[in-house]
Amino acid sequence: MTIDDRDARKTAEPRSMTSAPGPRQTSRDLERYAALFAARTKVMKSSAMRDLMALTERDDIISLAGGLPDTSSFPAESFAAIMGSVAVDSTARSLQYGPTEGLTVLKNCIAEVMAEEGMTVDADDVLVTSGGQQVIDLVCKTLIDPGDVIIAEAPTYPGAVPTFCSYQAEVIQIGLDEDGMRIDELEQTLERLDAEGRRPKFIYTVPTFQNPGGTTMSLPRRRRLVEVVRERELLVLEDNPYGLLRYEGDPLPTLYALEGGDFVIYLGTFSKILSPGVRLGWSVGPRPVLEKMNIGKQASDLCSSSLTQLFVAAYFDSGRWQDYVHSLKEIYRRRRDVMLDALADCLGHECSWTHPRGGLFIWVTLPDYIDTTDLLALALDEHVAFVPGRAAFLDGRGASSMRLNFSGVGEADIREGVRRIGEVVREQIDLYGTLTGSHRVVERPAEPVPAEPDAELADVLHLPPAPGGSGIRGRAGGSDMRG
Amino acid sequence: MTRVAVLKGGRSLERQVSLKSGARVQDALHRLGHDVVAIDVGHDLVTRLRDAEPEVAFVALHGRDGEDGTVQELLEALAIPYTGSGVSACIRCADKVIAKHHMRDADIPTPDFFAFNETAFKELGAADALPAIEERLGFPLVVKPAGQGSALGIQFASSVKDVAGALVAAFSYGDKVLLERHIRGRDLAVSVLDGAALPVVEAVPAEEAFYDFEARYEIGRTSFVCPAELPAGTTERAHELALHVWEVLGCRGFARIDLMLGEETGELTVLEANAIPGMTETSLLPQAADAAGIGFDELIDRIVRLAHL
Repeated sequence: MTIDDRDARKTAEPRSMTSAPGPRQTSRDLERYAALFAARTKVMKSSAMRDLMALTERDDIISLAGGLPDTSSFPAESFAAIMGSVAVDSTARSLQYGPTEGLTVLKNCIAEVMAEEGMTVDADDVLVTSGGQQVIDLVCKTLIDPGDVIIAEAPTYPGAVPTFCSYQAEVIQIGLDEDGMRIDELEQTLERLDAEGRRPKFIYTVPTFQNPGGTTMSLPRRRRLVEVVRERELLVLEDNPYGLLRYEGDPLPTLYALEGGDFVIYLGTFSKILSPGVRLGWSVGPRPVLEKMNIGKQASDLCSSSLTQLFVAAYFDSGRWQDYVHSLKEIYRRRRDVMLDALADCLGHECSWTHPRGGLFIWVTLPDYIDTTDLLALALDEHVAFVPGRAAFLDGRGASSMRLNFSGVGEADIREGVRRIGEVVREQIDLYGTLTGSHRVVERPAEPVPAEPDAELADVLHLPPAPGGSGIRGRAGGSDMRG
Repeated sequence: MTRVAVLKGGRSLERQVSLKSGARVQDALHRLGHDVVAIDVGHDLVTRLRDAEPEVAFVALHGRDGEDGTVQELLEALAIPYTGSGVSACIRCADKVIAKHHMRDADIPTPDFFAFNETAFKELGAADALPAIEERLGFPLVVKPAGQGSALGIQFASSVKDVAGALVAAFSYGDKVLLERHIRGRDLAVSVLDGAALPVVEAVPAEEAFYDFEARYEIGRTSFVCPAELPAGTTERAHELALHVWEVLGCRGFARIDLMLGEETGELTVLEANAIPGMTETSLLPQAADAAGIGFDELIDRIVRLAHL
């Protein structure tokens, strides 16, 4: 039955396709937008990954995919009291625009945070930004022309990928091991680029508790990196959101502290030590670069929120910010340990993972025949989610790895989430075994037989196979996964 | 004015695409002067449909539940007329293996294939048959989940060593997969509206060798040519095949039939039929309709008028 036979008769003209007059929208109208898009939108990638990641936000999913700090432990009374004092003491100011570079009261707090990590900065030299993410954007805006080279880690922070792509940079990713970025590989790459007459515009690194790798750059490597950039006069963007979230071992000096700020652009943020909701980060670095970034910021958003800047300043006035960071560290350390224990219980010897001494993430590597983007579909059926490793690469690598977050969910959910992941991984390993059983000889790269996953061995970052391997499909990553 | 419930979203992997399709459909229905109720399909679907009391349900769902006859069955039970194909046609289209068997039985050319459930490998030793299958199909071969509407989970195996990994990946999306002969050639789609074939669309991938899930739904990644530049005989044959598939699978309202034009053979083969093709900005059905002089609003208008029980 048709819903309205009269009307259907009136308009339906099978096999004769005539157009209706009038101002109705046609798909060609929409196609026109495509013609208007800038060339840079063509390299903004990853809708499949984004679509899958959107599913991870369902409320019936245990999401180990996010990079969320636990804001639930912030005392509601403190929040209300601080907000109240801002409202009473700074009504007009908090509702007003502020200077592009940020309010002085906040910059003093930033100097305090940096001092906590062994860096001495003058509050006047700080550029306040709308989250750390804006620093990445402003550095690209300041330095990158289409085709320019950025050097990053492999894997790199997934949230930087769309930024690099939107400035049409060529990103070269340097391997990472348990001591952070491989500086020898970096130097070889710089030599090769030199021979081609090219020079990277900057080196992007998360040296401490790397996102997503979970590893930390050793002191010798930090020193060597600083030497290399000084010798070659190259810029480094040091992204340090997690430095204060250390659960074991002694703090290492930041690159900025070692280098002094001639060649290091430092990125800091309140997101992990207080709240990502206040959207406040900052940068310090070479003055000429920071001045350009300031102009770039003015063009982007004039200034960051006065309201949240005053909120953070008032919070620091109360003198308890270190206590809160300390309490977060206690929570996250336990969650990390729960996750490490669960991984040891639920993943077999074919799998390996990093042992982060701080930060929010563990990087897990599965056998090379498992593609974690496909595995995510299976995991979502079991109501658990993670970030597929491809999101952290621009060159198709990372297919058999995944990033797990332990800061955003409670201990019971971590245990259960990892158990479910272990189950789907086991399913795929068994299936692969069945498919390649004794009757079927399959050429596979010889792999050393891993021993039982003790802590020593587990603290190794296994790199995924190089591009051009078995898979033909390229699913470049990049999603909104600021962690 | 008709009260139309637009069913969108849901829990399938194609949720986001469905939300985009649904939003465009809603806009068009508003412009057409209908009373629109948008429903993001979930546990409360039946309750919400009962509350909304729509005269028609516009099914803008893709993938599992929305495209495989499940929601259609519910709408039948609730006696709400709905857009697109009925339950049985949805079942036939949503399962690529069933669709291909129907095509093969009707002498419609479709690439050679073998399909298995996971149990065939786990309990019947089907892995032992893989060498024979590989020999029959040749390399590269395509491995697909039987039930995924989009290109998600489609893998190429270029040699023996890729097959197991490709199967593992495809089984992530469902418990039945097919191994299919790869046809190198041009990627064509014929949309059918109310039993009439619309101009052929050719999808030309911008960069990658494979027309992937991302490119398909993102403006600027794939260019579409409509009408496709084909010899007259080929266009005619594509239309003929598409209408034959439409008939054999028992589609109603609208559908999209995907074909390959073999580079070496010049022959057309049918890959699959989509009972609920996308309605996004880059979707092929709206483009084909547009090329036939049917604007998006008119397309939606026609689809709503063809709603049935």
